[in-house]
Amino acid sequence: MGMYRKNRATWLIGLALSGCVISSVAAAAGVESASDSSTPTVSNKLLLTGGVTQVEGSAGGGLTPWAVIGGYGTSDEIGANAFLTHVNLPDYHLDEVGAMVGLYDRVEVSFAQQRFNTEQVGAALGLGRGFTFQQNIIGVKVRLFGDVVLDQDSWLPQVSVGVQHKKNDQAGVLQFIGAKSDEGNDYYVNATKLFLGQSLLVNATLRFTKANQIGILGFGGDRNNSYKPEFEGSVAYLLSRNWAIGAEYRQKPNNLGIAKEDDWYDAFVAWAPNKHVSLTLAYADLGNIVIKDRQRGLYASVQVGF
Amino acid sequence: MFKYSLHATVIATAMLFAQAAMAQDTAPMPEQSAAMAASAPRDPSLKPVFDEFGGRPGLVALMNDFMDNLMADTRTRPYFVDADREHIKVELVDQFCVILDGPCTYSGKDMEKVHRGLGINRAAFNALVEDLQTAMNKHDIPFRAQNKLLAKLAPMHKAVITK
Ligand code: HEM
Repeated sequence: MGMYRKNRATWLIGLALSGCVISSVAAAAGVESASDSSTPTVSNKLLLTGGVTQVEGSAGGGLTPWAVIGGYGTSDEIGANAFLTHVNLPDYHLDEVGAMVGLYDRVEVSFAQQRFNTEQVGAALGLGRGFTFQQNIIGVKVRLFGDVVLDQDSWLPQVSVGVQHKKNDQAGVLQFIGAKSDEGNDYYVNATKLFLGQSLLVNATLRFTKANQIGILGFGGDRNNSYKPEFEGSVAYLLSRNWAIGAEYRQKPNNLGIAKEDDWYDAFVAWAPNKHVSLTLAYADLGNIVIKDRQRGLYASVQVGF
Repeated sequence: MFKYSLHATVIATAMLFAQAAMAQDTAPMPEQSAAMAASAPRDPSLKPVFDEFGGRPGLVALMNDFMDNLMADTRTRPYFVDADREHIKVELVDQFCVILDGPCTYSGKDMEKVHRGLGINRAAFNALVEDLQTAMNKHDIPFRAQNKLLAKLAPMHKAVITK
């Protein structure tokens, strides 16, 4: 709708916030690594090849899941990690916590809880200032074939399939804005390939979804209530063992008549000083969200694992 | 405006990838003799990487630190503690030298035969790669050059990993 307002520069606040998050989790990670020496046989994947945690809790980039199985476990091992993500937009913010377990480099089970705060927009819409949508997501991903790191002599990518079951806690409001359901499943298939000689990782995901703004605004709508295939892609360039930069794209449906939805983009930098901690900072362009256009801001995520 | 520059980034990176892919496609297929099947063949396009490794002397120095790392690492030490480590280093120098199109010949054993009985799993393989990365970092070998070598070693997992 036509109520565009100028962006407020909330960058600094976002940075300060993510700084707090980072330092508190870094402290927690210190405890993690201390216990590591007694268990040298866990977490033996190579650094950064497990990706980070994407916005719905699966291993991947920031916006899109990758075919990798999260955690640094290999085929004989179990790996696990937890994450905190904060996205600071001009008119909204998202806080998220979650955890995942990777089993034998074959199955990944993840849980994420998103809290999407509508700040002043909530007041403008009569929901109350700071009105928050909460969504819980349970994800399962299964690696079908391929090995993202070792298969360097063939074109075969690592391929996985997955489902993300999402449940939003604001059924009443969702119905009011035209969403058909407060819960839904996203199904995806993805292929990830590391071109090691080029230091380049490429991912493509095809997602079948009805979710409005990944489910924050419910599932299905007046304009469309069927599953649509959506394309998602990431490229990451490995700068060193510990640093990667990249960009992502995520196509999205547009099911709600009153709340236009745009495709998402981001450019990110990820840092993994060791296998227990990774930090991801991104500049994300999330386009129009309900009545506010140009939602661009900082995405900060920290992951600790073992 | 940033939106467009982001689009540009995505497109530029995609093109970069396409170019890299094409470069890989047009690279001459390295010939594979039966004897070399389980090892990595010579790749003429890696000659510049050989120089980045400091030639043969660079590889000799690298292998000393690599073997020290393997012995210091609890995940790999058990495999090497009773082996003829000086001999392995010599063979590794020749092998890497050949892969990087250096003026050497590899006269060591077949990869599959030499590793068959060792019971190496994926975790041990990754540990060895990490120890190699650490050694390469110590010798200031550029990350991209490191990855070019690792890309040739990675497929040998089929010969090396048996459990
Ligand atoms: C791509 C990976 C690897 C390459 C290129 C490689 C290369 C070699 C070479 C060239 C030799 C000497 C062959 C000869 O004596 O003629 C060797 C021997 C050996 N390798 Fe590997 N290797 C790899 C992975 C591993 C791993 C992961 C382990 C164990 C953690 C391992 C353990 C050994 C041992 C113990 C020997 C000595 C065996 C003996 O003397 O009987 N290797 N390797």
